[in-house]
Amino acid sequence: MKIMTPATEAELAELVAGAYGPLAPRGGNTRGVPVVGDILSVAGLRGVELYEPGALTLVVKAGTPLAEVEQLLAGENQRLAFEPMDLRGLLGTKGEPTIGGVFAANVSGPRRVQAGAARDFLLGVRYVDGGGRVIRNGGRVMKNVTGYDLVKLMAGSWGTLGVLSEVSLKVLPRAETQATVRLHGVDVKVAVKAMAAALGSPFEVTGAAHDPAAAEGPVVMVRIEGFEASVAYRCARLTEVLRIFGDVSVLDDPDASAVIWRDIRDVAAFHGKPGDVWRLSVKPSEAPEIAERLQADALLFDWGGGLIWARVPEGTNLRARAGAFDGHATIIRASVDTCSRLGMFQPEPATVAALSRGLRAKFDPRGIFNPGLMDAPVEA
Amino acid sequence: MEMPRPDPAILARKARVAQRLREVLPPDAVIDDDSETRVYECDALTAYKCPPMLAVLPGSTQEVSDVLRICHEEGVPVVPRGSGTSLAGGALPTADSVILGVARMNDVLEVDYENRFIRVQSGRTNLSVTGAVEEEGFFYAPDPSSQLACAIAGNIAMNSGGAHCLKYGVTTNNLLGVTMVLMDGTVVEIGGAHLDAGGLDLLGVICGSEGQLGVVTEATLRILHKPEGARPVLMGFDSNEVAGACVSDIIKAGVLPVAIEFMDRPCIEATEAFAHAGYPMCEALLIVEVEGSEAEIDFQLAKIKEIARRHDPVELREAADEDEAARIWLGRKSAFGAMGQINDYMCLDGTIPVTALPQVLRRIGEMSKKFGLEVANVFHAGDGNMHPLILFDANKPGDLETCEAFGAEILKLCVEVGGCLTGEHGVGVEKRELMLHQYSREDLEAQMAVKDVFDPAWLLNPAKVFPLSLTEERRAMAVAAE
Repeated sequence: MKIMTPATEAELAELVAGAYGPLAPRGGNTRGVPVVGDILSVAGLRGVELYEPGALTLVVKAGTPLAEVEQLLAGENQRLAFEPMDLRGLLGTKGEPTIGGVFAANVSGPRRVQAGAARDFLLGVRYVDGGGRVIRNGGRVMKNVTGYDLVKLMAGSWGTLGVLSEVSLKVLPRAETQATVRLHGVDVKVAVKAMAAALGSPFEVTGAAHDPAAAEGPVVMVRIEGFEASVAYRCARLTEVLRIFGDVSVLDDPDASAVIWRDIRDVAAFHGKPGDVWRLSVKPSEAPEIAERLQADALLFDWGGGLIWARVPEGTNLRARAGAFDGHATIIRASVDTCSRLGMFQPEPATVAALSRGLRAKFDPRGIFNPGLMDAPVEA
Repeated sequence: MEMPRPDPAILARKARVAQRLREVLPPDAVIDDDSETRVYECDALTAYKCPPMLAVLPGSTQEVSDVLRICHEEGVPVVPRGSGTSLAGGALPTADSVILGVARMNDVLEVDYENRFIRVQSGRTNLSVTGAVEEEGFFYAPDPSSQLACAIAGNIAMNSGGAHCLKYGVTTNNLLGVTMVLMDGTVVEIGGAHLDAGGLDLLGVICGSEGQLGVVTEATLRILHKPEGARPVLMGFDSNEVAGACVSDIIKAGVLPVAIEFMDRPCIEATEAFAHAGYPMCEALLIVEVEGSEAEIDFQLAKIKEIARRHDPVELREAADEDEAARIWLGRKSAFGAMGQINDYMCLDGTIPVTALPQVLRRIGEMSKKFGLEVANVFHAGDGNMHPLILFDANKPGDLETCEAFGAEILKLCVEVGGCLTGEHGVGVEKRELMLHQYSREDLEAQMAVKDVFDPAWLLNPAKVFPLSLTEERRAMAVAAE
């Protein structure tokens, strides 16, 4: 296995055009995707092209470390509102997550439920397609309906359609402060109902998670962010909303609150624990029933129940346990063998799979980018 | 503006196609009489008209599937139509096409407050989606100014925005799933009540594809609880530069208003004469609206006013009550009507980086002199989405052409400063030939490749979005395959 690290977009395009075998496009290679062929790293493409805090826009090369982007934004009191998770703790991977990798995997954290996903903040892309052509789509403005939105298609395509070389994105102001309202001692069913009440309120909840196995007992956590007075006001109102479900406490120390949400984002509760890890996107109200069917060793609920993290014994076919449901299940941590046997991604209905296959064949006619990664598995 | 010449072979099959469509649709859902097809000869881009060969009004996904299958077999182009409010000619027919109107499909299929979504048939109007949930305090966020009339189907096709998208995003950020029929009649379900795609984000590319990939018959939309309250503040400035700098400073200060609207002097004068909203006569006017509880609104507006004062406003007026709030919005909301009183107008919607605002307005002013046509600017300043209104006289020979040339210059300028041709109206036929100013041939080839996958025969709305010269071969393939 070779590792190629082009220093410019033109070099990247040349390498792709001249490639004979499969390529594994990667940013920091921290997200545990099985490698087939040579690694094509974009880590050499780094640097900020343009940052306009007053226009909430950032244009940056794909291999720029995420940490560098976050630091730059923090300097202007801004942030990536979609809160991308860091998978290194969960997967035990090393390396430096890149902004390109974040978008290629469409990685979003707890705030996704209110602010939107990574793809919602991606305004424009430059990428190299399977033929080695440099393609541009979208731009750097927030409203743009000029032609097809290939930007969304590239987000979450896991390098199977092209290799991102540059991204432009929308950033948002960082909140002045935050607090967490906690509801104690409830089961999953009540937790999901309580989170639905919080998310369905006018109080702009930016996170709603449930840890059924927290050290202090099962807990629902609801995050509020904004200006100090506004956070205090909404905490009080949400306390009223949640009180009908059980005991409520408010954690108004912003640093302690931030730690809670970082741990939820990165699924810290599963770090260092054995087994495979799956991630299920579901209709929130169906979460309790689906979760029960999973018979998991451990569970964590985010997005008001719409995101279930499950830890199960190695090799478990979690999709078989879950049965049919509105949503999808993705392998986040498992052996290469399990990934290829079950497929990292949820198999699609035949009609949809045909469209996805057709798009991959157009964008990457030789089938050299992460071949097979998003295709239906051997044992569906 | 050029459209492909109708195919005589298709026109010759009109009776047979109509007959086959009647076999799968209720009798009144197939329109073939020339006096009645005329209803569908244009959308809100009324400068261009062409009655379709036939129009159909299916009532269900199954009927849409039957219509498309038959048209596919017959090799007949299909132009999908929501409510016909497109300003870009998205629903403009050709003489050999079938208009597929979704207006009869307007039911609410499911409302789920616990999971915060609504599922509707795509012919339902934007405002009536909110209408279906507002009793429980909820709303559907995207609010294009045609929201009383425009259909969700068209909103999805054009990825419509609105005045409040700085905070709530546009259609693509609020769309959770669709039921869509492909040109060969295949029904696909994409997305649903869960978040994000399990595989490739097909929903992301379907939204904004201008009816060229499939016909959306049902949509799952995110709904939100209404904020406790909202209040606008109005500020006037001596120059566009200062107003632009004020917008930038508000955003940098960490306040995220729900809307920031901008009007320039010609626009202020016209709306004032028409609506008497009591606007100050100045070079640039901003309306900034924030949301929340009373105390939260007070806090945010105090911050915004403090920033505005640093820019020496000639006027700074906060709404004391609902009446005053309505007055502040009155002028803005009647801007288009006011322009219509003066003259015919063409409305563009190029988007620019907010920082380029003063420069762009200055250049538009210079062009206005060069072309000899007046222009007024009203603008979603928070997101850079411009709306220059060029005034012309449709009865004066050559005026429309001059206006179009002026418009094209403005849009090229938008691209030149780092923006785009269209922020919310779509490309349609109007901006089709300008696409090569924003994208290279290869960039457009990559987009057209998507249509090749969804609609290999290029029968769905084929003469839109891309320059005709680039799509000629693909469209000819459709004819050859007959």
